[in-house]
Amino acid sequence: MKNRDLANTLAIFKREFLSYFNSPVLYVIVVIFLLAAMGFAFFFGRFLDSDNASLTQAFFFWHPWIYIVLAPAVGMRMWSEEHRLGTFELLMTMPLSPWQAIIGKFVASALVWAIGLALTFSIVITVSWLGDPDPGPIMTGYTASYLYALGCLAVTSAASAYTRSQVVCFIVSVALCLTLTLIGFPGIVDTVVRTLPSSFETVIRFVSYLSFMDHFYEMSKGILVIRDVLYFLSVIVIALVVTNMGLRSKRA
Amino acid sequence: MIQVQNLRKVFGSKVAVDDVSFTVEKGQVLGFLGPNGAGKSTSMRMVTGYFRPTAGSIKVGGIDMLEEPELAKRSLGYLPENAPLYSDMTVASFLGFCAEMRGLNGAAKAKAIDRVLDLCFLHKVRNQSVDTLSKGYRHRTCFAQSIIHDPEVLILDEPTDGLDPNQKHEIRNLIKHMGETKAIIFSTHILEEVEAACTRAMIIDRGKVIADGTPAQLKKLVPGCNTLDEVFRSITRSDLEK
Repeated sequence: MKNRDLANTLAIFKREFLSYFNSPVLYVIVVIFLLAAMGFAFFFGRFLDSDNASLTQAFFFWHPWIYIVLAPAVGMRMWSEEHRLGTFELLMTMPLSPWQAIIGKFVASALVWAIGLALTFSIVITVSWLGDPDPGPIMTGYTASYLYALGCLAVTSAASAYTRSQVVCFIVSVALCLTLTLIGFPGIVDTVVRTLPSSFETVIRFVSYLSFMDHFYEMSKGILVIRDVLYFLSVIVIALVVTNMGLRSKRA
Repeated sequence: MIQVQNLRKVFGSKVAVDDVSFTVEKGQVLGFLGPNGAGKSTSMRMVTGYFRPTAGSIKVGGIDMLEEPELAKRSLGYLPENAPLYSDMTVASFLGFCAEMRGLNGAAKAKAIDRVLDLCFLHKVRNQSVDTLSKGYRHRTCFAQSIIHDPEVLILDEPTDGLDPNQKHEIRNLIKHMGETKAIIFSTHILEEVEAACTRAMIIDRGKVIADGTPAQLKKLVPGCNTLDEVFRSITRSDLEK
């Protein structure tokens, strides 16, 4: 039985992974991602002027903003395309559990993103050639950045389970990812704390603690705390559970 | 092979399927007849495990569909209405994916693909993208998917919809031929098809079974009617009537 579970998940994963490469959308998104990641680092992050052999401020700092738009663009077809084509019905009458399909699809999108992120390797070469960077923050920076992307992809997976329209899924996912990012953005949190009566501060701090940003900052600075990794893993698990609920509602 | 008892499905306040029971044994072909919106597709979707019934029980190959869906679905092949396919795949890779989902790999997979390509006359389009297929080919590709694991139970939702007369004839013969060794349920609007391929037929209207029997029995159901067509029209209500 266990073998069969794995075989099902693998078959879904393989089909999904290959289908990303059959569509031009992925190539466009990866190119935009690389242009944006490098463009922000060199022009807005002033990577070369900062005279600092660290990627944290110049490079990783911008990733959340890029993911908010691009992760939904990669993941929006995950389930909405199945609903639109009607293949969802076909899939759900095959001998597999919805979880095998959900995980297979999510892992496929995660691997696609791993490839995209790995293609930014040139900036690591640049910084190593120009200076003498500390490898620790680079590793945690990549981990934080990747976990952020996975969080956004999982949110997109949940949104796509509820709609057959990729456009609706994209807009809803971007809105959700943006919200999850902004509720922890230091500038915004501080303003809200100052404006509202001080009794609200605990609530606001708690809400901001639920944000992607809060956990991303800590990690990107080079402090790999299990708590933050667990935070992103729980976001992924919750989003996939919501995906499962969405898929079940389509079959009721 | 298929045992359905007191099946009921309610969407909101609308009762789509109301107290439907039937059994289909190996070697039987059951035809589902009925006006659009009568509950044919909904019934089939419940038998295949796609929809969860509001009440009732479903057994496929002796296994309870509601309690062990993954096990029950193994012996089942399904052709949904409108023949959905992954548009970014070729015919062969789509069938390969379906074979893998059915636990076929390596040589067994290649053999299964060749077998269904033969049965459904798909060799010509083997490596063609699903997106560029004509309706007849799309339908046959999805049909091929449903029989790739040589299932004991076959459920076909309007398998001849949108095909030309030659293709209809081929599919009908295929159903009849496979009906000798499998338990088959198929729905259709074409009444001659019932006479040509079914051993038994059920007429469903507004979620209820209103007639059940061999095609010959159904024809004699209403005095004064000599064809299935006349019987069908006299016992089902058109949705054009107020």
